[in-house]
Amino acid sequence: MTDIRTHDYDVVVIGAGGAGLRAAIEASAQKAKVALVCKSLLGKAHTVMAEGGAAAALGNVMGEDNWRVHFRDTMRGGKMHNNWRMAQIHAQEAPDRINELEAWGALFDRTPDGRINQRPFGGHTYSRLAHVGDRTGLEMIRVLQDKAVHSGIDVHMECTIVRLFAVGGRIAGALGYFRETGRFVLFKSGAIVVATGGIGKAWQITSNSWEYTGDGHALAYEAGAELIDMEFVQFHPTGMVWPPSVRGILVTEGVRGEGGVLKNAAGERFMFRYMPDMFKGDFAETEAEADAWVKGERKKNRRPPELLTRDVVAKAITREIAEGRGSPHGGVFLDIASKQAPDYIKQKLPSMYHQFKELAQVDITKEPMEIGPTTHYMMGGVKVDAETQEATISGLFAVGEVGGGMHGANRLGGNSLSDLLVFGRRAGLYAAGKRGGAPGIPDAEIEATMRAALAPFENANGENPFAVQSALQTVMQRNAGIIRDKSGLETALAELENLKGRARKSGITGSREYNPGWHTAIDLRSLLIVSEATARAALERTESRGAHTRSDYPDSDERQVREQIVIKKEGDRMIVRREAQPPLPADLMKLIKEGS
Amino acid sequence: MAEQRRLRLFRGTREHGELKEYQVAAAEGMVVLDAVHAIQAEQAPDLAVRWNCKAGKCGSCSAEINGKPRLMCMTRMSDYQAGETITVTPMKAFPVIKDLVTDVSWNYEVNKRIPAFQPRAPDAPDGTWRMYQYEVERPQEFRKCIECFLCQDVCHVLRAHEKHAEFMGPAFLVRAAVYEMHPLDEEDRRSYLRESGGIGYCNITKCCTEVCPESITITDNAIIPLKERVVDANYDPLAALWRKLTG
Repeated sequence: MTDIRTHDYDVVVIGAGGAGLRAAIEASAQKAKVALVCKSLLGKAHTVMAEGGAAAALGNVMGEDNWRVHFRDTMRGGKMHNNWRMAQIHAQEAPDRINELEAWGALFDRTPDGRINQRPFGGHTYSRLAHVGDRTGLEMIRVLQDKAVHSGIDVHMECTIVRLFAVGGRIAGALGYFRETGRFVLFKSGAIVVATGGIGKAWQITSNSWEYTGDGHALAYEAGAELIDMEFVQFHPTGMVWPPSVRGILVTEGVRGEGGVLKNAAGERFMFRYMPDMFKGDFAETEAEADAWVKGERKKNRRPPELLTRDVVAKAITREIAEGRGSPHGGVFLDIASKQAPDYIKQKLPSMYHQFKELAQVDITKEPMEIGPTTHYMMGGVKVDAETQEATISGLFAVGEVGGGMHGANRLGGNSLSDLLVFGRRAGLYAAGKRGGAPGIPDAEIEATMRAALAPFENANGENPFAVQSALQTVMQRNAGIIRDKSGLETALAELENLKGRARKSGITGSREYNPGWHTAIDLRSLLIVSEATARAALERTESRGAHTRSDYPDSDERQVREQIVIKKEGDRMIVRREAQPPLPADLMKLIKEGS
Repeated sequence: MAEQRRLRLFRGTREHGELKEYQVAAAEGMVVLDAVHAIQAEQAPDLAVRWNCKAGKCGSCSAEINGKPRLMCMTRMSDYQAGETITVTPMKAFPVIKDLVTDVSWNYEVNKRIPAFQPRAPDAPDGTWRMYQYEVERPQEFRKCIECFLCQDVCHVLRAHEKHAEFMGPAFLVRAAVYEMHPLDEEDRRSYLRESGGIGYCNITKCCTEVCPESITITDNAIIPLKERVVDANYDPLAALWRKLTG
């Protein structure tokens, strides 16, 4: 075959954020020959933007903490919909994974006795997030990056995978193109780990960058794997809202962890009014109690209600705005200036200080920030085995945001960075064990894939793919956002059908070398699949749970708590079905009901 | 109708290129990257530009704006006069791939060659270490580096003299400083810095410090202390020993 470069590897990891890097490092430690393929340059993945910290029950700040409490917090935060075994493994292994980063050179902030410091965060009973100011993700990715490049891993940068090949139910390889040259590359491998992150680019207001088009979700789906929980999209409560050019950029939950409060236009600290029954008794009931907790009197007082889980806070903010109590630019106020001294704010939240100063001309040590919900994280993903992260296709693994189940209906802040490490290591370990035995890929399929990828060049007069992408984002923002209902979701599905036609007919001009129009046309295919999967799953789940809110089914339905919406490709159709998750073992159920 | 802003962007490749003028509608709070994206979405879909976080945290959208190395996402349009044409060109110290995108792969090769972190034996029986905040703060400053390579771009050793083969550049002196000043590290990188790293090429003009979007005090806090260590190691073994003993 002409016009294609071919490589053979024991393990191919697609995606070089925290999960992909950790998987590659582990597979390499198992003496596998490893390729790490990333859509951007190495070290630019979304992990770099994670701010607040990594959750692990180290117990360095509050000795009462242990994996059981972390497990309980994670399950309750996920509204009991989580894959319990993943939540358990995560809580048990996170401390080792954090300590291991220190052995690789990480420089976390310290406790007075010289151990890793931990900060409070939404939904976590105890101070649990290992952190570095508000740039924890940057520290993590740099440590993993340096570890990886010294481990003999081949890194293929700015390479986008467009297809996974599975032959007879067994993974066989991946085909992609290099952005620089537009040339194709085939990776033959019997073990492939997708670690491609989320799907946030399907919405208008998002904290996600251009890369997060659901590639891994779509690649696995097209190869025949099952997706679960696609209705659970996390809208982070605090994104920037003004000026328009920065709308959606993340404002770390660390602001609230460090004492920041939410206020409406009337100056009211409204979160006290939004306490869900599940958490009654766990949070402060007066401002005085919440303030005392922030000042460090944590034994006698309970946490501020601003530290409720993200789903709860995002919905509360949405309601305040909808009922006319919003800020001038359609958000609410997040105020830390009146709660902490300027020097403390600059030390603990340096990048927030910088970000608001440079982009919004707001000094957060003096004035409140204007914030509102922004699309942030996909709880749903490829259905995987809890122990190994292997998908329903042999030899295919999915890990991090693209893996489904761990976070249930809502992820706790800080549980993603630890998820990446815990399951990244496991995916790398088991993928290395699966090396060899890749079936051959028929040439005709390779040729067809390349032809399909180049199709947009045939339509020089076709519609601009950027316009189609923008239309898709409008549809999802309007009809599959924080608050959903049947008719809106049906509208979304009808519009997506129409957009599929427009995407097929979109066209581009110019050469194959670094052509973002072409890249966008290809990304659209993934975006359309994940958008449809989200809308179909959201329509199927006739209740409100965690991040999924239906105005026509406003209550949680306990009969659906352990029911999972599964999505699979059959022929050319997207099939939706329900599947019951295995029940929790009695001892873990007891732990959740009674506390540790 | 919204106010129009004029931009001139480099369009082309290594072999051939030119500045092309575009107009975009101004919006409140707009940064240069927004303007470039607007041109890409509406007028030139094949316009090549790198970006990711759009919040000054990933270091992808480095370019030269009116000749100054800057992040496009952190440069506000309102910093320039209304009638002024804003010129955006790719970083000069690296080969152009296309339009605003340059080949920065050399940087990744340099990083690979820096001797890796080697921690001392754990301090506690459970395999963990004890470090204090005052000890970690020094290397933490260097960890703020977002690998935007703007300091590499502005450094005359690379930009004007093209000593890429002999000099690692300020960005990787900062990287080496992370580990050299890491409280747990036991590796000795001094001969590496002097020989392969070419630290002697730096004549401390501090241009790198001026362009760093993370405000890392590159010259004073990273490079000069590294130069002192290298000099000590080479000319005064007793002083080097003293330094090792006293930290």
